[in-house]
Amino acid sequence: MIPHQKDTWLYEISSKKKAFDLNLKEVWRYRDLLILFVKRDITTVYKQTILGPLWYFIQPLFTSVIFTLVFNNLGNISTGGIPPFLFNLAGITAWNYFKECLSKTSNTFASNQSIFGKVYFPRVIMPMSITISNLLKFGIQFLIFMGFYIYYLTQGYQFGLNINLLLFPVYIMMMAFLGLGLGMTITAMTTKYRDLNVLVGFAVSLLMYVSAVPYPLSEARKKLPAFVADFVAYNPLTQIIEGFRYMLLNTGTFTWSGFIYTLFICIGVFFLGLVVFNRTEKNFIDTV
Amino acid sequence: MGVILKAENISKQYRLGLVGTGTISHDLNRFWHKVRGKEDPYLKVGALNDRNSKAAEDYVWALRDINFDVQYGEVLGIIGKNGAGKSTLLKILSRVTSPTTGVIKTKGRIASLLEVGTGFHPELTGRENIFLNGAILGMTKAEINSRLDEIISFSGCEMYVDTPVKRYSSGMRVRLAFAVAAHLEPDILVVDEVLAVGDAEFQKKAIGKMKDISQGDGRTVLFVSHNMDSVQSLCTTGMVLENGYTTFTGTANDSVKFYTKKQLQKISSYLEFENKGNNFAKIHSIAVNRDKEYSLIADDITVELEFSLMQETSNRVDISVAIINESDLMIANVGTGLLDESPIEIIKGKKQKLKFQIKRPSINSGIYGITLRVIENRAGRAQLRIDDIIFFQIRNVATDTIFVNNSGIIQPNFEVNLF
Repeated sequence: MIPHQKDTWLYEISSKKKAFDLNLKEVWRYRDLLILFVKRDITTVYKQTILGPLWYFIQPLFTSVIFTLVFNNLGNISTGGIPPFLFNLAGITAWNYFKECLSKTSNTFASNQSIFGKVYFPRVIMPMSITISNLLKFGIQFLIFMGFYIYYLTQGYQFGLNINLLLFPVYIMMMAFLGLGLGMTITAMTTKYRDLNVLVGFAVSLLMYVSAVPYPLSEARKKLPAFVADFVAYNPLTQIIEGFRYMLLNTGTFTWSGFIYTLFICIGVFFLGLVVFNRTEKNFIDTV
Repeated sequence: MGVILKAENISKQYRLGLVGTGTISHDLNRFWHKVRGKEDPYLKVGALNDRNSKAAEDYVWALRDINFDVQYGEVLGIIGKNGAGKSTLLKILSRVTSPTTGVIKTKGRIASLLEVGTGFHPELTGRENIFLNGAILGMTKAEINSRLDEIISFSGCEMYVDTPVKRYSSGMRVRLAFAVAAHLEPDILVVDEVLAVGDAEFQKKAIGKMKDISQGDGRTVLFVSHNMDSVQSLCTTGMVLENGYTTFTGTANDSVKFYTKKQLQKISSYLEFENKGNNFAKIHSIAVNRDKEYSLIADDITVELEFSLMQETSNRVDISVAIINESDLMIANVGTGLLDESPIEIIKGKKQKLKFQIKRPSINSGIYGITLRVIENRAGRAQLRIDDIIFFQIRNVATDTIFVNNSGIIQPNFEVNLF
């Protein structure tokens, strides 16, 4: 073979791993598959259930009710003039999106090994489709939130949107990036070491309590030991949840430094996840 | 003409045993070598992929230094026994896993069919699944749309196309899946033979379609099989794999000849072993139709076995002998387990002789392997199992030199008369 003919090869299959081989062109070529996966996820989840998509409503509503009873009524956590139920609903709506992205993407390899073992397509399509289909779920839950929002406004409560609402898409993106990035890292590691799978299950539910979901950051500063409060404050998720409530309910703390810090962490985690995921996808079928 | 696909030094190493214990230490060791710029220490070790001997090492080479070129429009048949590395090669070609060393370069898109109906979702309708499965195999929505009617009519599932796939019979599901696969139009198609499933009518359709793809449309096809007939009828060139090595490349006919000849060389009527077996039982010798080069269809088959048990046990011990054909199909299985009482004496270390006489089995001509099993307490898993311990040949007539199986598995003794 004449060496210069090399450049005419369409692609190569080899063991070499480039750390940063994203191959966006190929992902784009498979965009129809991405759309079909999203469609599949959405249409099949609640097939053969009676309540169907109503389940999307029930879960956040019930959680909010319980949080309100436990944290606000029993625990006397102040939400600063905001109806506690609405306060909790805002936090849970945002948290749910992150949680779903993380927990669903974190077993991509294990739960799709039958497909991945038989046919090639850019593996990253799978976690991407999960993130997108969860976006729809988030949209529906956000609509419920808006319903209660308007209801409480007509009841004469004093709160409102603020200019940060312009950052809404950025917050969505940050949650998606963080969930996806962490999820991809975890799924890549669990192909070989299953321990993480066990961890994710309870770690995510614990993580919620240090991410200022059921309480405002200001309350944490007041009532928690300083080092715990610091931990909560530097948790990028706290920044996201607080920021989310800040733009919608005009409550809580928002600093640009915190925002930029979170943005960088989210993008960093996302790219880390992509790199680890890409390194694993080539050979995971041998170890899973 | 020109090369469309080129494989250079493809090797694939697998780790034996449980992944888990020792993985971290191996990973760390590997990492430490890498940091110092040294070669991966585990790439050096690794046993030959031979299923009959117990591996002494932790790593095994499923493929070793495979090189081949595929021309435009070529239909390459890859032949080999189970475990020769065919499936591994397929997996590498379809990018499910990557080679340990070496590189495959291609000028066209590869679509692989290792399974039909990958990604079928039971809750979705047939139509929805056509789109999903097609997209998984690499088609775009527009491509599927333009062939949708063809696919549906080829599958013969027009009536049920808007019914969820979970309500389909398994045959219908396979048909629908194959219909999607058959309408793929990649530059290079990689097909596993086991795809030819379903009812007879559909099988015909499927094979016909495969012929169209390879011959009519002049597409490049890599076809993996251990069925000599289909390789000869479908392929232009062939490659023989053995224990992970390429042992022959050439035309399809020559490859088949090479393969069957190789099988023929393995034929023996009597074999003695130094140390065959495990700590449950040892096999000292085996004979099939002793002192005969071959047997005829109408002849009895005699298997003589010399063995000793290496353990005392209170359970009964049985030995069975299975006859396996070239396509790895079990033709017959006879053994002491079918008797009320096992004739085998349980005495540690004592040499015993067992003789099986299979009377007028009427097995068709061809080359057959014997799988030997020593079973304790009639339980499912054998204490000792040796595949292909010996090969023997059955001929149609004494002058028979064609080694490819005649049609059919058995050749009954028959009469035909006008009346």
